[in-house]
This record gives sequence, C-alpha cells and structure tokens, in this order.
Amino acid sequence: MFKKLTLSAFVALALSAGGAMAAGDAGHTHDVDFSFEGPFGKFDQNQLQRGLQIYTEVCSACHGLKHVPIRTLADEGGPHLPEDQVRAYATQFDIYDAELDDDRPRKPADFFPESSLSNAPDLSLMAKARAGFHGPMGTGISQFLNGIGGPEYIVSILTGYTGEEKESAGTTFYENTAFPGGWIAMAPPLYGEDVEFADGHSNELHHESEDVASFLMWTAEPKMMARKQAGFIAVTMLILLTVLLYLTNKKLWAPHKGKKFDL
Amino acid sequence: MSGIPHDHYEPKTGIEKWINGRLPIIGLVHATLTAPTPKNLNWMWIWGIVLAFCLVLQIVTGIVLVMHYTPHVDMAFASVEHIMRDVNGGHMLRYLHANGASLFFIAVYLHIFRGLYYGSYKAPREITWIIGMLIYLLMMATGFLGYVLPWGQMSFWGATVITGLFGAIPFVGEALQTFLLGGPAVDNATLNRFFSLHYLLPFVIAGLVIVHIWAFHHTGNNNPTGVEVRRGSVKEAKKDTLPFWPYFVIKDLFALGVVLVVFFAVVGFMPNYLGHPDNYIPANPLSTPSHIVPEWYYLPFYAILRAFTADVWAVQFVSFLTGGIVDAKFFGVLAMFGAIFVMALVPWLDTSSVRSGKYRPMFKWWFALLAIDFVVLMWVGARDTEFPHDWISLIGATYWFAYFLVILPLLGVFEKPLPLPATIEDDFVAHYPGAAKDSAE
Repeated sequence: MFKKLTLSAFVALALSAGGAMAAGDAGHTHDVDFSFEGPFGKFDQNQLQRGLQIYTEVCSACHGLKHVPIRTLADEGGPHLPEDQVRAYATQFDIYDAELDDDRPRKPADFFPESSLSNAPDLSLMAKARAGFHGPMGTGISQFLNGIGGPEYIVSILTGYTGEEKESAGTTFYENTAFPGGWIAMAPPLYGEDVEFADGHSNELHHESEDVASFLMWTAEPKMMARKQAGFIAVTMLILLTVLLYLTNKKLWAPHKGKKFDL
Repeated sequence: MSGIPHDHYEPKTGIEKWINGRLPIIGLVHATLTAPTPKNLNWMWIWGIVLAFCLVLQIVTGIVLVMHYTPHVDMAFASVEHIMRDVNGGHMLRYLHANGASLFFIAVYLHIFRGLYYGSYKAPREITWIIGMLIYLLMMATGFLGYVLPWGQMSFWGATVITGLFGAIPFVGEALQTFLLGGPAVDNATLNRFFSLHYLLPFVIAGLVIVHIWAFHHTGNNNPTGVEVRRGSVKEAKKDTLPFWPYFVIKDLFALGVVLVVFFAVVGFMPNYLGHPDNYIPANPLSTPSHIVPEWYYLPFYAILRAFTADVWAVQFVSFLTGGIVDAKFFGVLAMFGAIFVMALVPWLDTSSVRSGKYRPMFKWWFALLAIDFVVLMWVGARDTEFPHDWISLIGATYWFAYFLVILPLLGVFEKPLPLPATIEDDFVAHYPGAAKDSAE
C-alpha cells in the first residue's frame, strides 16, 4: 500500500508544481527545438553570437541586460568571443564614472546597460521568468527534455504579431498571439532581414527570433552547460556508489535473512 | 541510552578509561552505533537519514550562500544573480539549496505518513511525535522565510499574503502583523529580520532533531508490526534486533544513494522545476502577480486555508456565535493551523490498542483516503478558487479534520484488528524462512 501511496505523492507533487507554473498563461507558445534542451543539450556558440548581434543592433535600443557582466561574453559555454573583441564591444556603451565625474566607455568588467525605456523590462532573466508550456497534463515534467519554454515564449512573442493595432489611453498596442491578454505595448521589433550576419546565415524572422531567444537563454542561465556537466558527473558517480552500497547491503544482510550471497 | 537491554560499553585501554572517566563521549558514540534496531524495518524507515542529510546540506550550502548574499531590498535580487554568475560554483550551491528544501519536504511528508500508518506516535512515543511536529512547523517557517530572501515577485507577494494571515487574528492581528514586518508593509526591515530568522531556525531544528533522536533511542524504534522488541534479557532482545551499525547504516546509505540520484538529476537538468518563473522578476510592490502561489509544500494547508469562505455554513455559524469576531478569514487561518494541530494530537485521538495499520483492516482504507486527500488538497491548492475547486478543497479539508477528530477515535471502538505476530522475530522469519536457523542459535 505504501508503495502506491508514495508513488501517488510524487504524482501530486508533479501536478501541483505544474499547476503553480500554469498560473497566468493565456497566450499561445509554440515549441522550438533548441540545441540547449535536454540533459545533454549545449548552447550553439554561433547562434549565441548571432543572437548577441541582434540584441546589440535591435533590442538594446530599449532593453537592458543589467545583470550580465560584459566580460562573460568571453566565457566558455557562452558566445566565447575573443578577449580583444569583448574589449572593443564594451566601448560602444558609455557609463557614468563617479571617480571621473564624467561618462566613459564601458570596460569588460562593467555590466551591460539598464533598459533605456522605462517600460521595457530588463532582459537578463527573461528566458527564465516566463514559462511557455507545462506538459504533459500540466505536470511540467516535459521540461526535463524541452526546458520550461521561456525561450519559446520569446520566439512566439517576436513572431506572434498579427499586424493589428489599437489606441488606448494614448498608447498604441499591438495584437500578439503569444502575449497574455493579446495586446502588447512593444511595437514589432523584428520583421526579418533586420541584421546582416557576417557568415551569411539566414536572417528570416523566425531564424532571427530563435537566435536572439537562444542568446537570452544564455544571459538568463550562463552556467547551464557547466551545471548539466556537473549533474551528469554527480548522477554517474552516485549510481556507481549506489550499486556498490546495494551489493554491500545485500551481502551484509544475507546471513541474517538465511540467504546465500555470491559475487 | 536505549531502553532495550543491550551490551554496554566498557573502556579497555588506558586512554579510553581516562577519557570516559571524565566525559562519557566514547560510550555515547558506542551506544548510538550499537543501538539495537528492530530487524524487520522496511524501506519506509529510511526517510530519517534522508532528512538528516537534508538538514546538513541546507546548513552547509546556506552558510556559504550567506557569504555572498546581501539582505537589502535594493541589492538582494542582484546579489543572488551575482551568486548565479560570478561566485565559483555559486549556481550549483543555490540550486542545491533551493531544491534541497523540496527534498527536505518530500522526505518529511513521507516520514510523517510512515508514522501515521504504522502508529509510531502511540505510547510510549508521544514525545518523539510532538517534537517531530515542532520540527515540521519550524521547517515550514524556515522554508517560507528563505523563499522571501531572493526578493523576487513571489518572495515579496508571498511574504505579503502570509504575514497578512496573522493580520486576520482579532484585536491583536494588526499590531502582530506590523511587529512581524517591522513596519506597515513588507520592506527592508522585513527582509532583514527574515534573513536573521532564516539563519537562526535551522540550528533550533538541529537541536530539536537531537532531542527527537534521543527520545526514540530511549523508547526504541517502532517497526512495521508495531510489536515491541522483547526486553526480558539481552539474549531475547538480540533475537528481535540488529545493531544500527553496520546493518542499518549501510541500508540507509543505499536508500540515500537512490534518492540522491534523482535529486542530482533534478538539480543538474531541471533545477527550476519546483520554482516559480515569477521569482526571476525583481520584487515590485506596485505590480501584483495574477496568481500568488505558495511553494508546493504549503499547498495542502493553503487549500485548507482557502476552503472556508464566508458562504460555508460552519463559518457563518461560528461567526454568528462569536458575534462576528471569527470572520471567514480568521476561520481559515484557524483551520490551517488547526489542521497541523490535530495531527500533533493524534496520539490521543487514536483509540486503537493496535499500533500498526497492517493489522487494522478498516483503518487501512481510511488512511489511504487520508493520503489521497493530502494529494488532492495539494493539487487543488495550486488552482484558482472557481467551481469545482472550491468544493473539492472544502470536502478535502473536511475529511482531513474528520479523519483525526471522528474516524480515528471511533475506529478504535468498532474495528476488529487482525492477529498480531507474537514477536518481531516471528514476523522476520515469516518474510525470510531461511532466517529461522540463524535466530535459533
């Protein structure tokens, strides 16, 4: 009886966790097969660099990444830019320096700027602060293989504009199939062919959206690859240890249970 | 230490005699490791070691996290991001700590339901049970305080809702709420005191855990039959028991290994599974999230809190009786704390003379229903309060109280228990026929 009850407890846990995440959804998020999903998923370095380019040329006009230090662009498991490129990249954003009492170009040790538009949310954690899907059956277990759907939510927003607009209290709202409530204050930021990639990669709208979403997944979870690796090593070692403990336990108890144990 | 007859430690070498004559520490360690333990303990008796592991894990990871965390409303969120990005291994530490809390609660719920099924709370183990309930209450408090520290949206609004519960207490509620918050609303003073208490309470828990272990080492473990170890002589007791080391240490470590494989898979591959995405949005007092959902481990009791709305006749009746002092909100708060309180009183509510649910044919089904009830309440606690969720939580909450206050007292009178095995040894031999020769020695 206890086995069954224990099992149902875990199912309940899964269901309620899914329920907790199901809160507040209304828009439609479609699944994207990102390279970083699943236990062995990795960031695609080229895609992160393309995403960085899109962020820099388009998104950064309004949105900040204030939790992300610029130097991390050189990190392994991220865009992995050469250090001189990171140094050159940093100089395009100015920062007020209290010691100089003046603005100066940023250095790699500085952070990305904050949002320049007051109602544009900071994007550092956007890919973790939204959950796109909770399957199967609201349990959310599918995130083991698919992630929580944050990057998918970003893709769905960027590709979800219908072209309809409306005015409300002096603000223009744009109809979007992914945004909860259906009307978003952000004008369509990408139309396709907004940036030119040095490697000639496709700049169609859905490709651009996936690239920038992938980049924002990295800004939200920069240590994801290190974490998955640590997880893999921990699980492997623990399975080994557990098998040894299982055999030890069996041998230890065998004489008291009147059983034979040979290995 | 144990009430079960066993061989006592005799210091042999000079240095052992010298130390033990001044501080009987070697004897204490010896008594703990050789503690006679019923040899028929099943796999539901492993949650204690998982819980001990969780407490150590939470304290160790917590102490290191504190070295990098800043308890200030303007800096807390950013300092957590600093831990996630810049501190060596910081992302692992934080995910271990956050998911460690969930493992802690999974283990404690299984541990509690183990106790409820096998009647571990019955005489002479009432104090062990009460201490356990105190530990559980402190765990709930600690978990809640800790969830506020990252200062995300759910941190802030969770703190607002939960401290609001205390505000529902008549007459003193408002003053009490202000006292808890350190001001009129959740702010820097709240974050600072929550941080202080979140650091303090785990050590109180650790102290109570020692008392918990001390208590059940004195009475001896319960076991799946609920039949006591024979205490006539050391020889007799040895037929029912095996020493804690190595038999149960190795068994428990094996079980812990299995649990940790799952735990590390979650930490490594889906660390935000049991968290809420909104907590990655910095706290904003001006923007209320559309649904404020507590952490999963509070959900059953949160469901009981919400079950008693103003249109429930019992609430209206009590409100009428008390001249409106007990309104729906306060009734809900009383019900929530009452649900835990009746569980603490179960040693005196269960009238049956048989301990283990294994030998109680009617009890079994009511208990299974209680476990399902707990699961349903957990599920409904995460939903909105629209129909049919309001009815499900009301029925669920009612059954919770009915089980403890009506069913358990009556069952002891009406139920005809099955015959118990005479000794633990008999039960063990029935499981392992080959064991008969061994114990005949």
